[in-house]
Amino acid sequence: MAMQPGTMDRRHAVRDLLADRAELLVVSGLGSPSYDVFAAGDDAANFYLWGAMGGAAMMGLGLALARPRQPVAVITGDGEAMMGVGGLLTISVRKPPNLTVVVLDNGQFGETGMQRSHSGFGVDLAKLAQGAGFSEVVTIRNLEGVAAFRPRLQDVAGGPRFAVLRIAPGNQERALPARDGVYLKNRFREKLGLPVS
Amino acid sequence: MNQIAGPPASEVDTGWPVAIYGALKRARVRQVSYVPDAGHSRLINLAHEDTAMAATVLTTEEEGVALAAGAWLGGDRSVLLMQSSGVGNCINMLSLLNSCRFPFLTLVTMRGEWAEFNPWQIPMGRAAAAALELMGVTVMRLDEADEADEIVTAAADLAFEGDQQIAVLISQRLIGRKKWVSE
Repeated sequence: MAMQPGTMDRRHAVRDLLADRAELLVVSGLGSPSYDVFAAGDDAANFYLWGAMGGAAMMGLGLALARPRQPVAVITGDGEAMMGVGGLLTISVRKPPNLTVVVLDNGQFGETGMQRSHSGFGVDLAKLAQGAGFSEVVTIRNLEGVAAFRPRLQDVAGGPRFAVLRIAPGNQERALPARDGVYLKNRFREKLGLPVS
Repeated sequence: MNQIAGPPASEVDTGWPVAIYGALKRARVRQVSYVPDAGHSRLINLAHEDTAMAATVLTTEEEGVALAAGAWLGGDRSVLLMQSSGVGNCINMLSLLNSCRFPFLTLVTMRGEWAEFNPWQIPMGRAAAAALELMGVTVMRLDEADEADEIVTAAADLAFEGDQQIAVLISQRLIGRKKWVSE
């Protein structure tokens, strides 16, 4: 049973989500989510993954536990999120109050030729997150919904939150952030005032 | 949970998990992630009891690799506890550490190398060290209980001061035989 495809423009949705981001720390999943986050405005507090598929949410957990007074958002795709689905259970059990996992769900594997993903075949990630025990789970279908949810990203209490953004299938023009992991790591830590060795 | 049986308590130094805990504390390790394991059970309990440590149970070992990267990004030192069977699960995720030169410390209890009862444990036990080395992880060995503090301290220094990925393999001989039948 396939779901109705989403209709939101992904670039627009991520730009709106990250407007007025303040102290928000962001980890983006490989492929289009990294391009979307970069296109919304480069920031030293963005860590763009170019690999490590299935690891974005767990990286967000490690970061959220290390920075309990700062909000942390993971922005990733439905394929990446489902490769690391066990990590969603780990996060729900660990309950980091300052972490939000945002899944850009188009029901496709965008980077590899638009093959239908598990979500495209009907797997409902929001229900999965509910079952896992996330404190707050929302499915957002339009930009008004994104604007209404945006302040929740700043909340360092009451998490973990899980938001599924139903975006339109199809890829955007690529917007490529830096690929050097050491550079991305060092500028991120520098922004937090941590030693860069 | 699994139980460990070895020589009578008076003959074996069971203090090595406590020595490891002490070394981790002195190395300012704050996050501990693990896949449950009998050999690490005492250390896992110590981590959970320590309010200054954040202990996280994982569904699979590679989650702990990603967690370690995120922890370092935010200024925390971390350790991943697992059994040798979990090493194989980590292989691709170790690319993350390599690409970004993230410090990494894992303590691996060995199976399949000493008085192993379960043949299913042997292939990954045999391949664990080479698999880690293939992915750029430096492998150290802990064979004697009285070396636990020194070796884990050196491993933590190499990881967090030297920006290296370090695995300490803890000998199955040190951990003791697994008890299959209750007495």
